[in-house]
Amino acid sequence: MAANSPYQIRLTVNGEPREAGVPARRTLVDLLRYDLGLTGTKEACSVGVCGACTVLLNGRLVASCITLAVQADGALITTIEGVAEGDRLHPLQQAFIEHGGFQCGICTPGQIVAAKALLDTNPQPSEDEIKDWMMGNLCRCTGYYQIVESIARAAGARG
Amino acid sequence: MRDFQFHAPASLDEALTLLEEYGEAARPMAGGTALVVLMKQSLVEAEHIVSLERIPGLDSIRAQGDELRIGGLARHYDVEMSPVVRGFAPFLCDVYRRVATVRVRNMATVGGGLAHADPAQDPPPGFIALDARVRLVSRGGEREVPVSELFSDYYETVIQPDELLTEVIVPRPAPGATFAYLKFLPRTEDDYATVAVAARAEREDGVCRDLRVALAAAGPTPIRAHTVEQALVGRAVSAAAVREAADMVADEVDPLDDFRGSAGYKREMAVVFTRRALERVLGLTA
Repeated sequence: MAANSPYQIRLTVNGEPREAGVPARRTLVDLLRYDLGLTGTKEACSVGVCGACTVLLNGRLVASCITLAVQADGALITTIEGVAEGDRLHPLQQAFIEHGGFQCGICTPGQIVAAKALLDTNPQPSEDEIKDWMMGNLCRCTGYYQIVESIARAAGARG
Repeated sequence: MRDFQFHAPASLDEALTLLEEYGEAARPMAGGTALVVLMKQSLVEAEHIVSLERIPGLDSIRAQGDELRIGGLARHYDVEMSPVVRGFAPFLCDVYRRVATVRVRNMATVGGGLAHADPAQDPPPGFIALDARVRLVSRGGEREVPVSELFSDYYETVIQPDELLTEVIVPRPAPGATFAYLKFLPRTEDDYATVAVAARAEREDGVCRDLRVALAAAGPTPIRAHTVEQALVGRAVSAAAVREAADMVADEVDPLDDFRGSAGYKREMAVVFTRRALERVLGLTA
């Protein structure tokens, strides 16, 4: 049946050109995890609310669980796997380790990708700006103070 | 999610042709924040999705003479951050900033949000307060509809299946016009409003010269509170007059019981927040 025929999409994920054949209903998070094997991005609420599946699409913060893979055809995607530079952790990753920015870890890839998008546009955010920006990334361990602190420290380290 | 055919037309003409061809079997999609969730939940089952994201120019934001023109594909975050919008009507930036989270605002579009017609959304009352109108385009022609007349029922609009909302047009507010958007959020900051009120006023020599009052989350559609406006326009502004007018909103709203509050509670909060919005735009409070 024509409706199930795969759509051939090409995109750049963390700097590497990738390709996959997907049905139209394939979400971006499933493309990343199941077709491309990038399981760093997590899916939790599945309706765009919790932030676990946050990735950057052409530099914009998006919820990959409610983005269709076909929407990302031709796009530049950054996932948690693309945040470090080789073996050198991103300052945010280092800060999350040093300041206890994660507990169970499920929300952490989304937290770090969202925080990266913040620091990319606003390298020295105030605490209020951090809280406002990160409002959409939930941590069910409720480790919010350490997350805000980690981001503030990473910003300080970069600045 | 049931599978479907995905179309990504590169021009408005091509998109309109697809919508005309597939009729009710097709749904236009902009950012997808609402539609993909509805499809995941099987509340919408479309055979054809016509994506509008590849149509060039549909996301432009520009001031043209005394009008602000926001393309249907402009993202919420683009409106919030746009220096053009801020220069024209900073109130609109503030309204968009109240929507959900930055991630949602990065995805959701202005036209998609209006066409989605969720009565709890923030932008519709903001646009009603600004006397904004939308441009609806089909293969057969185009028409303009005031935002206050766009919504016909719960998640329903007057947009026909072969039409696309390509633009929102906002007239330049009068100099000295004052605005307020109050969003009652008893649960979390990223929530939909329990009740929200947008207001715009023009005041001269202690008399209310013009007024718009619109509410979200207070009925099956966004609501323009005509009786409240009529009670104050042409009258001397006083705390008593404002209180009397705000009380009238109780008969304008038709809220639903849900986990954000009972209908009775929302009706009372509609009065309280309408009064506060009026006090602010009419200069009775800071």
